[in-house]
Amino acid sequence: MIGTGKIKQYANVLDKPLGKGKQEVSLSAFAFLFSELVQYNQTQVDNISELETRLEDAGYAVGARVLELLCHRDKGNRRETRLLGILSFVHSTVWKVLFGKVADSLEKGTEHEDEYMISEKELLVNRFISIPKDMGTFHCGAFVAGIVKGVLENAGFPAVVTAHFVPVEGQQRPRTTILIKFAEEVLRREARLG
Amino acid sequence: MTTAACFIIASRNDIPIYEAEVGSAAKREDAAQLPQFILQAALDIVQDLAWTTSAMILKTIDKFNDLVVSVYVTDDHTRFMLLHDSRSDDGIKSFFQEVHELYIKSLLNPLYLPGSRITSSHFNTKVGALARKYL
Repeated sequence: MIGTGKIKQYANVLDKPLGKGKQEVSLSAFAFLFSELVQYNQTQVDNISELETRLEDAGYAVGARVLELLCHRDKGNRRETRLLGILSFVHSTVWKVLFGKVADSLEKGTEHEDEYMISEKELLVNRFISIPKDMGTFHCGAFVAGIVKGVLENAGFPAVVTAHFVPVEGQQRPRTTILIKFAEEVLRREARLG
Repeated sequence: MTTAACFIIASRNDIPIYEAEVGSAAKREDAAQLPQFILQAALDIVQDLAWTTSAMILKTIDKFNDLVVSVYVTDDHTRFMLLHDSRSDDGIKSFFQEVHELYIKSLLNPLYLPGSRITSSHFNTKVGALARKYL
């Protein structure tokens, strides 16, 4: 084939360079893989909350790795030590690399000090998924919630992260909101750091 | 060039996940675990310092007799700690950055549980080579 260079084979994965990360993966390949992940986990659990927990754990592993990789690639070795810093990192950088665009919005909760919400019209992972009525409040976005949780916890901001459907007037499909509730110690440390 | 150095990677929860003796020091019989003690003691200081600055390299944070502890903290709060007796700051910074890249590569392995010991012998070899190059 014209133009195919010889790809250098590395003996060990530690020798391979990290790369700039300009690769894109086909959406259909991901959709198939994700649907298999959900179907496999469905056979392993008895109820919906366990299924959500499993998806969250799968996402957590991704989040832990994404955090280190992206900080190394994009931030030139500066860590995030403040709450707003890490939230905007998740909202823009992480979303851009994973889903190709920044998240629709990042809001602070009005009722509680420790709640923040990232909203999205439709999560990429849910594009080809429809939830049957008898599964109630199940949300495949639990995978994305797990990714966010992985990023936040490993950066030192432990939080409980969940994904919810929020019905919007005038639209058929509800919006998705990722609700982030930070632990006590995060708020105390933020207050201490000023 | 350093003659004595001990390099430890400690996870977020202060559990060592990798240890190496780098440099050509003769091991002292009476204080074989001394480097580990000194580095463990420095962990407290690292914990406080890590939140005050957004830089990754914390440089020299503690002294013990004539030995000096330098620390580099990554994003997920994994600490790279080096106990040494010289002051080649730039060399140490480059050493930390290269080991950081190695760490990210081994972290990307889906079969590696973050926070568990790094047992790859190739990792060992590479860290040794980097130490000879930069320290």
